[in-house]
Formats: sequence, C-alpha cells, structure tokens
Amino acid sequence: MSFSSAGYQLLPVLPELVLAVGAMALLMLGAYRGEETTRIVTSLAVVLLVVTGVLVLMLPAGKLTTFGGSFIVDDFARFLKVLAIIGSAATLILSAEFLSDPSRRVFEYSILVLLSTLGMMVLISAADLIMLYLGLELMSLALYVVAASNRDNAKSTEAGLKYFVLGALSSGMLLYGASLVYGFTGTVDFAGIAAAVKTGSVGIVFGLVFLLAGLCFKVSAVPFHMWTPDVYEGAPTPVTAFFASAPKVAALAVFTRVTLTAFPGIVPQWQQILVFVAIASMALGSFAAIGQRNIKRLMAYSSIGHMGFALVGLASGTVEGAQGVLVYIAIYVAMTLGSFAVILSMKRNGQPMEEISDFAGLSRTNPLLAFFFAMLLFSLAGIPPLAGFFAKWYVFVAAIKAGLFTLAVIGVLTSVVGAFYYLTIVKVMYFDEPAGQIEPMRMELRTVLAVAGIFNIFFFVYPGPLVSVATAAAKSLF
Amino acid sequence: MTTWPILSVVTFLPVIGALAIYITRGDDEAARRNARWIALWTTLVTFAVSLILVWRFDAANPDFQFIEKASWLASGITYHMGVDGISLPFVILTTALMPLCIIASWKSVTVRVREYMMAFLLLETLMVGTFSALDLVLFYLFFEGGLIPMFLIIGVWGGPRRVYASFKFFLYTLLGSVLMLLAIMALYWNAGTTDIPTLMHTAVPRSLQTWAWLAFFASFAVKMPMWPVHTWLPDAHVEAPTAGSVILAAILLKMGGYGFLRFSLPMFPLASHDFAPLIFSLSVIAIVYTSLVALMQEDIKKLIAYSSVAHMGFVTMGIFAVTTQGVAGGVFQMVSHGIVSGALFLCVGIVYDRMHTREITAYGGLVNRMPLYAMVFMVFTMANVGLPGTSGFVGEFMTLLGTFKVSIPTATFATLGVILSAAYALWLYRKVVFGALTKPSLASIKDLTARECLTLFPLVALTILFGVYPKPVLDMSAASVQQLVNNYNAAVTAVKAAALIQ
Repeated sequence: MSFSSAGYQLLPVLPELVLAVGAMALLMLGAYRGEETTRIVTSLAVVLLVVTGVLVLMLPAGKLTTFGGSFIVDDFARFLKVLAIIGSAATLILSAEFLSDPSRRVFEYSILVLLSTLGMMVLISAADLIMLYLGLELMSLALYVVAASNRDNAKSTEAGLKYFVLGALSSGMLLYGASLVYGFTGTVDFAGIAAAVKTGSVGIVFGLVFLLAGLCFKVSAVPFHMWTPDVYEGAPTPVTAFFASAPKVAALAVFTRVTLTAFPGIVPQWQQILVFVAIASMALGSFAAIGQRNIKRLMAYSSIGHMGFALVGLASGTVEGAQGVLVYIAIYVAMTLGSFAVILSMKRNGQPMEEISDFAGLSRTNPLLAFFFAMLLFSLAGIPPLAGFFAKWYVFVAAIKAGLFTLAVIGVLTSVVGAFYYLTIVKVMYFDEPAGQIEPMRMELRTVLAVAGIFNIFFFVYPGPLVSVATAAAKSLF
Repeated sequence: MTTWPILSVVTFLPVIGALAIYITRGDDEAARRNARWIALWTTLVTFAVSLILVWRFDAANPDFQFIEKASWLASGITYHMGVDGISLPFVILTTALMPLCIIASWKSVTVRVREYMMAFLLLETLMVGTFSALDLVLFYLFFEGGLIPMFLIIGVWGGPRRVYASFKFFLYTLLGSVLMLLAIMALYWNAGTTDIPTLMHTAVPRSLQTWAWLAFFASFAVKMPMWPVHTWLPDAHVEAPTAGSVILAAILLKMGGYGFLRFSLPMFPLASHDFAPLIFSLSVIAIVYTSLVALMQEDIKKLIAYSSVAHMGFVTMGIFAVTTQGVAGGVFQMVSHGIVSGALFLCVGIVYDRMHTREITAYGGLVNRMPLYAMVFMVFTMANVGLPGTSGFVGEFMTLLGTFKVSIPTATFATLGVILSAAYALWLYRKVVFGALTKPSLASIKDLTARECLTLFPLVALTILFGVYPKPVLDMSAASVQQLVNNYNAAVTAVKAAALIQ
C-alpha cells in the first residue's frame, strides 16, 4: 500500500464531499432557523443532489481510485450513483406534501435522506470490506430514523424499530462474514481477496455465506425479507417510496461488486446461493402478493419479487448478467417511483387511501392517472412493449447464456403468477364501479409520474442509450 | 421499388388515429361521434394503404418484400419489417376486418366510446405488427402487447363474467408465451441474432430444436387454440363484446397458425417432423371432440367458439402435413375462417343487440321476421359447414388432401369432423332461424339495418368469391409456401440420408 499523494487524492470523492458538506450546512441552517425552514431545506437538498449528480458525471473518465484503493470510481459506480441520486431526489420531491403537514415539519428528514444517499454513494464505490461496511451503516442508520419519522404514529415507530433490530442483526452477520473472509485471505481488499480465493475452502465459503446473508437483507431477498412488508406498510408512504428505490440500487450495486470482483474464482459456490435466493424471492414475491389488500404491502412483495428477478442476472455471473442487473434496476427505479407517485396521490378528504379497493373505478374518475398506473403495472408484470419487459429480457437472456435453464423457466413462470396480482389492480381500476372522487393531484406528483410513465411507455422506441451505458458500466467490472 | 416505409405506415397509422381520438376531449355525444368517425376513417385509410401492398406485391418472389430495417436494441436485434406470401394475407385480413368491427360497434357500444375506439386502434397496430415483424423480439413485442388492449376490451365492455374471462385469457396466453420468450433467447445465443430471415437459414442443433419447438408450441397452441389448452376461448368469446369476438376469432387465433408457419416449420424442421404425429393426434381430437362439445351448447357464441377450435384443428393438421396442398390449405383455411367466423360473430351480435340474450332456446322462427338476416346467416352457416361453393370448402378440402398424402388415418378421422360440423351448424341454424315464430319477445324483431348490411354484405361476397375462385389468396401465398415446403423437405431428407450412411 503506497502513501503517495496519488493514492490519497480527493478528486474521486469530490461528489461525496460536496454532498457531506452540503448536508451539514443544511443541518446547521435547520438547527439555527427552526422548523419553518423545512420547505427551503427540502428544496436545497434536491438542488444539492442535482449538483452531486452532475459532479459524478463530470469526473474524469476511466477508473479512478483513492484511499489506497479502497474507494473506486468506475463506469459501474457512475451509473449506479446517478441512479441512486435520481431515486433520492425524486423521493424528496414526492415527500413535499408529507412534510407540509404542520405536525410533521421536520427538516431533519431531508438531511437524513441526504446522509443516507451519501452512504449509498460510498457503498457503490466501496472496493474493500471496510469501506463497504462504512457505507452500509451510514445508509442504514439514516434509513432506520427515516422509517420512524412519523413520530406520533405507532405503526411508523414500530416499522423503524423493527427495521433497526433486524438491520442490526444483518449487519452483524455481514461483519462476521467479512471477518471470516479477512481471516482466510489476509486482506479486506476486493482485488486482494480475488487473488487469494481460487478454490472454495470451507472457511471462505462460510464467510461468503454470511456476507451474502447480510446483503440479501439489504435488498430484501428471501429468506431475509421478513421486515419488508411491515416496514413498507408502517413507514410513511414517501419513505416507502424511498426504501423501494435508492437503497435497493446501492444494495444491488454492492452485491454485484462483491460477488463479481471479490469472488470471481468461486463462481459455482455463490451461484448456487444466488439461484436459490432468486427462485425463492421470485416465488414468494409472486404468491404472497396475491392475498394482499394493502397497496403498500403489495408493493413490498412486488419489490421482493423484482429483487429476485434482478438476482437472476447476477446469478449468471457474466458481463451480460451484470448488464442485465443494471438495466433491471434502472427500469425498476422508474417503475417504482411512478407507482408511488400514484399511490401518494390517492387521497380522499385529506385522508390517504392505501387499500387496493380504493382504486375502484379510477379509470372513470381520473382517466389519465389510471392509464399511467395501468401501464406501470403492466410494465411491472413484464408485458411488452413496456420498459419492464426489457428489464426481464436482459436478465433472462443472461441466465440463458449461462445455461441456467431451470432458473429461467421458474423465473418466467413466477412472472406469470405475478402478472395476476398486477392485473387485479388494473381490474379494480378499469372494470369496477367508481368509489368516489379523489383529490386533484399535486404538481410535483404529476411531474414525477409523467417522467416515470413516459419513460416506461416509450422506452422501447429508443432503448439504445440506457442499454449502451449499462453495457459500458458492466464491462468496467470485468 | 417503394421509397416510403409503406409497411410501417400501415402498422402505425392506427396509433395516430388513437392519438387523434385522445385529443378530442369530453364525454358528450359529440365526442363519441367524433371518436367513432375518426376510428372509422383511420381504419379505412389503413385498409386503403394496405391495398397498395397487394398491388405492389410480387407474388412470384417467395422471399420477404417491402423490407424495412433500422437499428434498435442491439446489433442482432433490429427493427426489421417485411411480408411474404404467407404473412400478407393476414395483414390484409386484419386491415379489412377492422373497419367492419368499428361499424359493428357503432351503436352497440355506448359507454366509454373513446377508450373503446382507442383500444381497437392500438390492437390493430399490434396485430399488423405481429404479422409483419421480421425480428423475433419485435414479433414478441407485438404478439404479447396485443394482450393489453384485448384484456381491457373483454374486461371493460364484456358480459357478466367478463373479469373471469379476461383474466383467463390474459394469463393463459402469457403462460404459453413466456416459454417462447426463453426459446427466443436461446436462439439468440445460438445464432447471435433474432433476425427471422437469418434464423431461417441457420441450422439449429437437434436438441435445441426439440426444446425450442416445444416452447414455441406452448405459445402457439394456446393462441391457436389447440385441444386441450382451448378452454380460455369459449369464455373469452362469450364475454367479449361483438367486435372483440370478431377480432379474437378472425385475427388473434390466426397468430398461432402463422407462428407455426413462420417459426416452427422453417426453423425447427427436424423437431417439426418428430412432433408431427403429436400435432395430428391433437388436431383430430380437436376436430372430433370439440365438434361434439359444440353440439351440446346452449349459447350461440359458445357454439361458434367451439366450432372455431375444430376448424383450427384442420389448420394445424394441414400445416404439419407439410405438403404444398396442406400448407396452402392451412393458409387459405385461416383466411376463410377469419372471414366466416368473424361474420358469424357479427350475426350473433346483431340478434344480441336486439334481444340481449344468446341462448339458443330464446330464438326460433327468425326467418319470418328477418328474411334478409336468415339469408346472410345461411351463407355463413354453409361456409362454416364447408359446403362446396363457399370458402370454407376450399380450405378444408385442401388441408384434408394435403394430410391424406402423409397420414391416411388422420385424414379419415378429420373427415368425420366435417360431418359433425354440419350437424351442429345446421342444428343451430334450424333452432334459431327456422320453425314458427312462437316467442312473444321476438314478435317485433326488426330485420337488418343498412349499417348491419354494410358490415355483412362484403363478407358474404368474399365468402362466395373465394369459394368459387380461391385463386387470389392461393396465388399470393403459392411461391412462399412452395419455398417453405422445399426447405423443410430438404432439411428432413438430409438428416435421413445422413442416418442411412452411418
């Protein structure tokens, strides 16, 4: 390890530094000026995220490393950082109404989202186990608090507590796995681990299993998914939208980077684990969602299933697989944010409505909203020509190339089961009699829905840019 | 040669019409009228443009024509459109039937007219695209995309059990298609492209042929539908609005047969050869069994739906005989069935609009009050039976002829089905049209209106025209069919010769 100035230059972490300093400055602003600054802090937080995103894109091209190689900025990191930032910024925009309620004017909310995003960016760029853990904990600790941000609501508090306890457990497992890997390889550096791990000794595989268990918790893959429905339901809806988008990006990013860059020598070992996790997630996500009545719980199971689909790409362990994961997560974020914009706009007499039956007849009372939501649902089900189809195409095409036929067949069959519950919502909106008017949609929700919806519907016209960027990002891992 | 992308224009014109309807806001009578007229004009213009395809089509050329190619998803996955003699008849069938469907829905659809017309126009784009796509991924896009508008058409404007029917339709078809999607991926990695003309000339390894054939079969057998995966069809037909039934029977079912012709035979000739006995068995069961089931029906639409399954049995049988007569007969039978079954559903729709029931027992003696209707209905009933002089005869005769050369038992049993089809069709006609008009509810029923004549008379003319002079359709497809059969035979004999040498 060299201590030359080149190893410790700060340019690669410039976006993270700007975000950290900016977040603290906003914290000061809020702390000195009090709660009436909530609105301005939120707006500035969005601006800060945009600036950070631009900085990420403006970094010099190619592979940059710093902190002695433990922090890496490559095309993969750039792609996912921008995606995570988009997810966070969109969430802050979606939260505007939630924060405007006098009883919930907490400026810390935006700061916590910013800090969590900072954690995600560190996580995405982590190139050793220490940096991974730092990023993961920064992200998670902020998320625990955000989950409980509706202080006076028992469900929200319960969600935060549940998430914290289970999250701490999973962090412990991850740390245990990391220590085993360190013990058996003598290094925490991904490249060093890759060089040391050529065969799957018992100790390494043991460590790998614990490491993956911790990561599975963060992407809410079966069998570490139990927290997801409760937290999604209990947390305030904008927070649920946040949980479903940006942290998933970061967790999948680190999942991909760890498996592909630290353990390329023992692909068969972790491939088995991922195949099991993917199948279990897809199956549970599809079947358990059928009985749900609450739209947020349904979205929780839906996200479990979608993480299963994304892991299908990763399980193939190839560059096509990594590309599939990247395309999948990008499209997934768009679909999720659009869906939550719809869910947030479902209000009647000032009361949010979260039951699926509340969507009855939406196509009559609010045709455009219903149309966009229906298209998002068909897209989540993976029906062409919508974006969700292409997401599935790229992960399954990778699985077929890698010869994972059983996984692919089970995967597409569960997607048919999944289509059933998405169709149920379309049915409620289109076939049932209207259940009454909803309040007019707020401007910021309209904007998010329009952007996500149009991306979703017209992705097939010009899919080139996203796909080629994802290809470049995937190649930078190999 | 063409200088403008004529095929894309035919495909995407309806989308423009749908957007135009979207712009006409409001839900009053004026908006509804606008929506109807825009939809009608769009489909008419689309039909007119598609006739240019017929006019410029070179029937002597067996290869794809009106080729359009543009980069799209990846190097091997392009926007590639084109038609040959096998797909062009279906494109024309689609564009020709759409205006009739719009006219047929003129009065019977009164709620959410704008959405209805938009759904139909989008469906037209997806159907034409399915028949003219020359890239597997593009094909899948159109093929599966059609589920969305059809799901909504059945579910929103359908009958009392519309929810059940629409879900069954959607999930059944999706289940078959996702397996095909995996096979498409496997073919992509095998050849490095999903370009259909390239894949037709790429040898596929034997084991992959078997699996890919089965996967494609899963999709097309459901779409066709073949026995025993036909059960979604009667439900979908009964619940769908009239025009939805017409499109379902006339076009959507043909996608299965078209898929067999376009993919299964040219790309997997060896597997097709191996599985031909399976197809023959299923076809014969479909012909005999569903004809018997049709005899027991009490609902007119359900009876016609089962008869569709039986008639599609002739198509699959003829296609997998892979003789010139069998394949050409299959194409012709599909076109003919498209016209006849579409017309039969229109006929049912006409009495349903008046009486709001489809029970056979609710009718009887219609000839007394509706002579014109009785005449028209008789033409289509006879065509359904396969009476010489109607288009139904030509298709059934050619498929039987083609199959006879390959498998005499199959042809023999299938011929029994012709008798059964006469039994149920004539029984239906007697129950509904003949006899004394005793039901008081029928006492004031009116004969065909001018609008209804407008939808039915062109179909009557085509049924009889193609019955006595089938040459236009047969000529259009002849060269492509011949090439398909030759390539298939060459592939199969090459393998047999190789086996003999060893």
